[in-house]
Amino acid sequence: MDGVYLLFILLLSIFVGFELIQKVPATLHTPLMSGANAISGITVVGALALAGSDNMGEYSTYLGAFAVFLATINVVGGYLVTDRMLAMFKKKQ
Amino acid sequence: MIETTTTDLVINFSYVLAAALFIFGLKLLGHPSSARKGNLLSSIAMLIAIVVTMFDNNIVSFQMIAIAMLAGSILGVLAARMIAMTAMPEMVSLLNGIGGLASLFVAWATVETNSEFTAFTMLVTFLALLIGAVTFSGSLIAWAKLSEHITGRSVTFAGQAVFNSLLVLVIIFTAYLFVAQPTMLAGVSIDFNVVLYTAMALALLFGIMLVLPIGGADMPVVISLLNSYSGLAACAAGFALHNNILIVAGSLVGASGIILTNIMCKAMNRSLSNVLFSGFMPVTNNDMVIEGEVKPLSAEDAYYVLEAAQSVVVIPGYGMAVAQAQHAMKELQQLLEENGAEVAYAIHPVAGRMPGHMNVLLAEADVSYEQLFEMDEINKRIQNFDVAMVIGANDVVNPAAREMKGSPIYGMPVINADLAKNVFVLKRGMASGFAGIDNPLFFKPNCRMIFGDAKETLGHMIRQFSD
Repeated sequence: MDGVYLLFILLLSIFVGFELIQKVPATLHTPLMSGANAISGITVVGALALAGSDNMGEYSTYLGAFAVFLATINVVGGYLVTDRMLAMFKKKQ
Repeated sequence: MIETTTTDLVINFSYVLAAALFIFGLKLLGHPSSARKGNLLSSIAMLIAIVVTMFDNNIVSFQMIAIAMLAGSILGVLAARMIAMTAMPEMVSLLNGIGGLASLFVAWATVETNSEFTAFTMLVTFLALLIGAVTFSGSLIAWAKLSEHITGRSVTFAGQAVFNSLLVLVIIFTAYLFVAQPTMLAGVSIDFNVVLYTAMALALLFGIMLVLPIGGADMPVVISLLNSYSGLAACAAGFALHNNILIVAGSLVGASGIILTNIMCKAMNRSLSNVLFSGFMPVTNNDMVIEGEVKPLSAEDAYYVLEAAQSVVVIPGYGMAVAQAQHAMKELQQLLEENGAEVAYAIHPVAGRMPGHMNVLLAEADVSYEQLFEMDEINKRIQNFDVAMVIGANDVVNPAAREMKGSPIYGMPVINADLAKNVFVLKRGMASGFAGIDNPLFFKPNCRMIFGDAKETLGHMIRQFSD
């Protein structure tokens, strides 16, 4: 039953995603991709629990910590580079 | 997970808030004027999700987390600051790859926790592992192609299709071993660790095999697709960890990548499978004869035409990025506007090496987004322009797509540059574009070729204007 409930969430968010992203104009497609890179760094949330736990075995903790490291690059790098790009998009003066 | 504590409740409510902010942030990305705010909202959502997760009762040691986050942040800041705007396709493919690798490691760490898992959990963990690994190795190949560490052309070898089919079959078999975890099979005892490592190695190999046969001009499709995969990998990891926010955020990214992939494929009039597997097929020869001759023109002579022009449309392509000619073009644009001409830019969806590549470069050169037009808008009025300036673009202005039935790109939507009153093509030489097809545009009576480095050519014109 748990899996079905998760599938529900998946289905709904895919629909929302399709609706929203179809409205993004072509001129913003590169920032959209780098912004999406940052969002996919959400894996960090999953990795945190694995890296910070004491009772799961040392091996798992190290692997989790490495995942935290990687996902943080995505989050920080992704948002900053997107902001840098978006700051350049200007209206006609 | 069974007992719902207050902390769990707070965490999950905060995840709902974060999900709402992610969605709202994407909504604001719908217009250039609000996009920056949207990105900020999205980053706040991420911060909320990360901070509340720290309150999870299962997290007891913060030392490793602190080190990992600090190191990741430093690398992230450095990468975001130092990267040149022209190298944005490389940056995005690297970020795609890192995202995939993170999901791979989350999946790996999950199976190493020595807990008992249901078959469903094992299946989604395998998917996270598989998609993560494919995204990682595929993105590395894409990055190497884009940065020209390896050839940008399609790489093929005899028996590639057979090899890949076998690879898929073996991966499916490994998935069975991974999920069902039989201890004995056909009299051989099976070690789960061997299955795990084999699965990872095969998935990494699969990612390489997927991207190798894809040529440079098809890169926008591949980057979009890998972008989608990085989200789907996070999504699968969310299923494995029973974490809602991972599923929501991951599927938003997945949907975004799929939409972009679709737009790119449509812009090339090809199906996704054609892009992914056409490297296996022999190139169809077209024996169409193009009549006419190529007429070169000097930058000086081009100046006289530009000076008299009332309206100019600029059609940039990957060559503009290579020549770094966007700043020179902006300078020329200002001179033309002072001279009373209207200047518009026409951007083809697959111009450059990733979706929106040209727009970012022109934004960097301070060209207003209101002067950038999509293909359909400009095609409606292209015949009214006095001059169409094609800078480093080739296939996206190829009229063969419209008028030569035998051409491999027949049917692809192109910018009809040849319909403008005069066409200037700024180009290094007569080499054909990435698609490897001749361009009848160059032989049209209203077309003039201005050979040389685009930046230098534009510089010549600018100097003529100043004199």
